[in-house]
Amino acid sequence: MFGLEALDLARIQFAFTVSFHILFPAITIGLASFLAVLEGLWLKTHDNTYRDLYHFWSKIFAVNFGMGVVSGLVMAYEFGTNWSRFSDFAGAITGPLLTYEVLTAFFLEAGFLGVMLFGWNRVGRGLHFFATVMVAVGTLISTFWILASNSWMQTPQGFEIVDGRVIPVDWFAVIFNPSFPYRLAHMAIAAFVATAFFVGASAAWHLLRGRDNPAIRRMLSMAMWMALIVAPIQAMVGDAHGLNTLEHQPAKIAAIEGHWENVGDEPTPLILFGIPDMKEERTKYAIEIPYLGSLILTHSLDKQIPALKSFPPEDRPNSLIVFWSFRVMVALGMMMIFVGLWSAWLRWRGGLYSNRLFLRLVMCMGPAGLIAMLAGWFTTEIGRQPWVVYGLMRTANASSNHSVGQLTITLVLFVVVYFMLFGAGFGYMMRLVRKGPKTHEGDDTPHGGPGQKRTPARPLSAADEGSEEGQKDSLREGN
Amino acid sequence: MGIDLPLIWAVIIIFGLMMYVVMDGFDLGIGILFPFIKGKSDRDVMMNTVAPVWDGNETWLVLGGAALFGAFPLAYSVVLEALYLPLIFMLIGLIFRGVAFEFRFKATDAKRHLWDKAFIGGSLVATFFQGVALGAYIDGIPVVNRAYAGGGLDWLTPFSLFCGIALIAAYALLGCTWLIMKTEGALQKAMHDLARPLALATLAVMAAVSLWTPLAHAEIADRWFSIPNLFWFMPVPGLVLVTLYFFFKAIERNAHYTPFLLTLVLVFLGYSGLGISLWPNIIPPAVSIWDAASPPQSQGFILVGTLFIIPFILGYTFWSYYVFRGKVTHEDGYH
Repeated sequence: MFGLEALDLARIQFAFTVSFHILFPAITIGLASFLAVLEGLWLKTHDNTYRDLYHFWSKIFAVNFGMGVVSGLVMAYEFGTNWSRFSDFAGAITGPLLTYEVLTAFFLEAGFLGVMLFGWNRVGRGLHFFATVMVAVGTLISTFWILASNSWMQTPQGFEIVDGRVIPVDWFAVIFNPSFPYRLAHMAIAAFVATAFFVGASAAWHLLRGRDNPAIRRMLSMAMWMALIVAPIQAMVGDAHGLNTLEHQPAKIAAIEGHWENVGDEPTPLILFGIPDMKEERTKYAIEIPYLGSLILTHSLDKQIPALKSFPPEDRPNSLIVFWSFRVMVALGMMMIFVGLWSAWLRWRGGLYSNRLFLRLVMCMGPAGLIAMLAGWFTTEIGRQPWVVYGLMRTANASSNHSVGQLTITLVLFVVVYFMLFGAGFGYMMRLVRKGPKTHEGDDTPHGGPGQKRTPARPLSAADEGSEEGQKDSLREGN
Repeated sequence: MGIDLPLIWAVIIIFGLMMYVVMDGFDLGIGILFPFIKGKSDRDVMMNTVAPVWDGNETWLVLGGAALFGAFPLAYSVVLEALYLPLIFMLIGLIFRGVAFEFRFKATDAKRHLWDKAFIGGSLVATFFQGVALGAYIDGIPVVNRAYAGGGLDWLTPFSLFCGIALIAAYALLGCTWLIMKTEGALQKAMHDLARPLALATLAVMAAVSLWTPLAHAEIADRWFSIPNLFWFMPVPGLVLVTLYFFFKAIERNAHYTPFLLTLVLVFLGYSGLGISLWPNIIPPAVSIWDAASPPQSQGFILVGTLFIIPFILGYTFWSYYVFRGKVTHEDGYH
């Protein structure tokens, strides 16, 4: 297809399915913690605004969780179907880590999700809060395992190679490999920030349409506190992550910077923009700022960073892609920090809930966190090429032996089915968002759930609104 | 070293797959039987009989995949590569069905028929390709130097296609008897009428697979027909016939629960027969569970978590089914 080889198609297929999938867990991680905070604040302050927000967002959480489970089913099999040589080579380490991720997810679903989604007014308040907290903690434990697996592939340690295969020697070293703490922190915070901007954009949308109530204001306010405090923290964590990458995967950093060679003792400039050309081995149309590359990456004015030409051509990642995906991530990060600062200014001077220009920006920034997260993952995954397990196994040797024809058929199927079905799911989530929070919702006991005969225990059924505009519609204006 | 970890893991995975086949079997069967029932309200009841449990049923499929990766990476990589297309088609069928399940209830009347079709199509595709994958697996997967040594379309054989159809018959029977147990009135009557032909079809395909396999594979024939194995294994086909005899008796006296329970026995017997043919190979015909096992420090590491968590999942599963016992009627709104 389009002159692509089997390996390219295999990589595109994996990138497509995993990129689609990660959006749902990211929102799940963020919303679970958001819900735990909302319920905790409600229990502490008895302010029913928090309770109304809890009920509103728990429905969106439920739909999103359901989509994550369905799209995750594919991921559990794709390592074997598409990357069988990798699975055999590294399965003794990545297999158990993935097993633990799945076990955690199911433990969580079996134990606490039902109580959280259907147990309102059925179990005591304390127990319900405990269930919500456990769900939030569970999503983070799942993150822990899957990032341990990914980080081990980036910076492997704690193993030996016997008969051409990886054997774990020290599980502690395997899990807490050098890049793991940075990657885990960066991803967990990314999920929080992405969710905050999603929540903030929902509030801005309602405010722009004149739907102004305390719950919607509270939503915006909480999201903007996150933007103000957590977005800068994310920038610092990202910086630390970058330094860690410089130490363990210098070629990735060189590609991100589009930095081809070190001339003499000249400190490394920062290339703001340019077009890295892998064939000509230079970055065209580069706009450089002297010293800044050294300053950011070595925190000094004279040290150099490694250059791409010091790596053999077959060991270089594609600089053109990671140069730009990295810049997309950073630019969106800057925008998010800017929104946080502007919100602080408006909070101080007034107009946080009424400045239309600001609200419009917040609304447009709704997907910013998710896009930045995807751009970041593209950077780190393409930047570690040509290795699937860094320094141990090349991606080209990792794939299953499928023909271009087979891979084309399955790729087209995945694209069509995912856009159709998850598009419907996403549309439904948006519809729930448009309804906005209702007051006094928490006075009722929800229908059914585990232990109840009346309704199913599935996440998606916690949202009972129709999927079409106007159907069973209880949309109320402004409250 | 007294603990045989690969054996423990084989038992866990066989148990997980058995749970999956039994439980997802009847809810896939309901999708297969959908075309036989036209009315919206009867279709609602059909779906409602599995609505609270179906996604828990699929849990076992994900767990099976992940556990296979952790405990037997060689089998995970070789089998999944060899069965690439049927497995991907199966997964896409399952996704379709899962999403249709949810959105059918939320859709308007005008759009519901689309989700109905997605549900039927998804169930059929998922079942058929599950059967195809199973057939190709029984047929054997060539392995050279720990890698799959066949072609991309090796799975496509008359036998595997037949197994796809066979599984549709078996799951339809599971779904049919499940509905006899869970419903009443006209819908139950319709299922009651379908039970006999479906049981005969299931018997026919089971017999065909049972004859086809030893004829095509000398080592499987050897396993069954050598002395003294013959005496040990003879009860399996015998029990199948006994089970079917009681099945028809139960249908005749209009029993509600017995047909489903006997169908479970039937599935269990078929599963045992398969186990007898293949044991101890995890990649038939030549790679055993010990050859394919990950090192003990990997299998031991995940065993701790698995033994801790599986009781919770089982407990929750039994509880859901217990809470949900009894008949489903038109008045029951599970949504």
